[in-house]
Amino acid sequence: MDAILLQILNGLDKGSAYALIALGLTLIFGTLGVVNFAHGALFMIGAFCAVTLQRILNLSFELVDETQKDFLGNPLKVKTPYVEAWFGPDIGGSIIDWAVPLAILFAIPIMIGVGYVMERGLIKHFYKRPHADQILVTFGLAIVLQEVVKYFYGANPIQTPAPDALNGVVNLGAAIGMDIVYPVWRVVYFFFAVLIIGGIFSFLQFTTFGMVVRAGMADRETVGLLGINIDRRFTIMFGIAAAVAGLAGVMYTPINSPNYHMGMDFLVLSFVVVVVGGMGSLPGAVLAGFLLGVLESFASMNEVKSLLPGIDQIIIYVVAIIILLTRPRGLMGRKGVMEE
Amino acid sequence: MFGLDKKDTSKLIIVACLALLAPFILNPFPTDSALAQFNAGYPDLMQRFVIFGIFAIGFNILFGLTGYLSFGHAAFLGVGSYSAVWMFKLIGMNVIPAIVLSVIVAGLFALLIGFVSLRRSGIYFSILTLAFAQMSFNLAYSVLTPITNGETGLQLTLEDPRILGVSATADGSIPVTNLFGLEMRSTFEMAVGPWAFQFNAGYYLCALIMLAAFYLSIRIFRSPFGMMLRAVKSNQQRMNYTGLNTRPYTLAAFVISGMYAGLAGGLMASMDPLAGAERMQWTASGEVVLMTILGGAGTLIGPVLGAGFIKYFENIFSKINDNVLHTWFSFLPDGMEDAVVFIIHPFIGKGWHLTLGILFMLVVIFLPGGLVEGGQRIKGWLSRRKSKDGGKAAGETNPAE
Repeated sequence: MDAILLQILNGLDKGSAYALIALGLTLIFGTLGVVNFAHGALFMIGAFCAVTLQRILNLSFELVDETQKDFLGNPLKVKTPYVEAWFGPDIGGSIIDWAVPLAILFAIPIMIGVGYVMERGLIKHFYKRPHADQILVTFGLAIVLQEVVKYFYGANPIQTPAPDALNGVVNLGAAIGMDIVYPVWRVVYFFFAVLIIGGIFSFLQFTTFGMVVRAGMADRETVGLLGINIDRRFTIMFGIAAAVAGLAGVMYTPINSPNYHMGMDFLVLSFVVVVVGGMGSLPGAVLAGFLLGVLESFASMNEVKSLLPGIDQIIIYVVAIIILLTRPRGLMGRKGVMEE
Repeated sequence: MFGLDKKDTSKLIIVACLALLAPFILNPFPTDSALAQFNAGYPDLMQRFVIFGIFAIGFNILFGLTGYLSFGHAAFLGVGSYSAVWMFKLIGMNVIPAIVLSVIVAGLFALLIGFVSLRRSGIYFSILTLAFAQMSFNLAYSVLTPITNGETGLQLTLEDPRILGVSATADGSIPVTNLFGLEMRSTFEMAVGPWAFQFNAGYYLCALIMLAAFYLSIRIFRSPFGMMLRAVKSNQQRMNYTGLNTRPYTLAAFVISGMYAGLAGGLMASMDPLAGAERMQWTASGEVVLMTILGGAGTLIGPVLGAGFIKYFENIFSKINDNVLHTWFSFLPDGMEDAVVFIIHPFIGKGWHLTLGILFMLVVIFLPGGLVEGGQRIKGWLSRRKSKDGGKAAGETNPAE
């Protein structure tokens, strides 16, 4: 029982990353009708926002401290980050410690900006081109972004730890008399994902802007005929989708040290998630994200693996293939979306 | 010639000349000159040119003719490599059975994947092939380790049975791949003045096979079958409405291009008998897509050009370093020289992928027909200018009459 609960937790946790990326992909696909192969790169850029903020906060100056000596007897050089000098060691230290959560604030404007530039500068010109061209150009863009990041940050993974307070483990099962020890940050990640997903859905559901966007998703032409500048709203949605991917990346850094090809690794999976959920369906993307996450973690249980060796490696793809062949629209796909 | 019209014959002859004279063409600089590092005429690289050429020609039969964008073709290449290496392990070091087996196995594999994937089209097809390729990649890394040797990759050992050959040569080393005794690695060097040209047996085998593959693809392009595939690309729905089942045609195209990929994989293993799972990764599939698009999808000669172009510049760009740049731009004033080198620096050496990505984006944005379309545009522009000049000249002479 414990093991099963633990796997469900694992799955929800894995699934929350899938769901966030797939949500962004679906937002772009549902609004603009563009298949964005550069979405994984946006996830990676988000992760590197966290790295950048951490580096900025750690910028320090050196002081020669005459009172302390190193082992050779020379005066010790002490590095003090500017932040600590300005706010005092206590507050400054905790600011540095909380770099990853703070990077959320840092990443949102950057990601929206990146998304905006990407849409206006490149993707705008590809609405009328075939889907194959969209895939190709965004694939090229993904390579470029990835190489640029590699140029500035190097090819090795960069450690970005979570704040000390959130670094330990917590016993989630204590309340129900069971023993389920789980890393705190992963729990945080799950709730963060739920928060973002809830935020996006309520934004689309309860604001006028969201209403117009949904109307545009259903029938772009009519909304345009009513005198609404739907293109501008869709551009903003692209920015928001980029921000969602970026935030997923920011929060993922303590789980897995970011490197330049993390985006590509996630891209394939998130596309599979989108297709399983149904192209253009937001609830479908979220549902499929969590579902595939849970399935994947169950498949990696030793009991299952001894029964079907290797199943943990391929379960997601097998499920995707079965779903595509039996329910061509995916789990919750709408009629008339991307049916060639 | 060979049932081709004049235009196609000339294309075949151009490719044949390029392939057969490659040791000369790719070695334009004397060996002791400063530019010798840009020579690409050594066997290893030339083999890669033609092998990836075969891969891209095959991919083009699927993507160029039917418009189905597969992101999983590297899987067939990987399967081809594995089966060829197994052939070397079990049967013997002759390359013919290895290549034949790799084509057959890749064809069967493509039949299976194609049968499932081709039930959907468009983006779904791309993602299905991607899923299948990733699945085979993951399996090759994990469960299938007894067959694929996991991360280490499949290699020949001294203990292999090799029933038609020897497990080890007389001096106790692993035998080398050969074609009825002609060793694939044997190279004839010809020194002409300061130049040294290398003629490698393996390269010529690959080049001849590539020519055969190219000829076959011309025949496919010009056949009624090829016309049918083009019709699928332009409007599949209409084809279906006329009561025609298009799936056998697309499946045949898929299997043929899978067999081309398997052939490329088999040749790759024949030149260098090892196979690793990384050949099947989806980025490797992306590479052949890049080659085909860059050269010109749907054209005959485009994929060959694209493969040669990418492999050549991959080799050259990775060799240029800051010192080379400094010598190139030494004619500039000091500050400017450093600035120029600083600007170019990210694009060379390890930054080759960045250059490739930018180039690829530019091609997709501005030249959807690839290098071939670029060539045609330049040709059209030149001939128009010529005719304009002619017209002007004619116009000027007219009043005099």
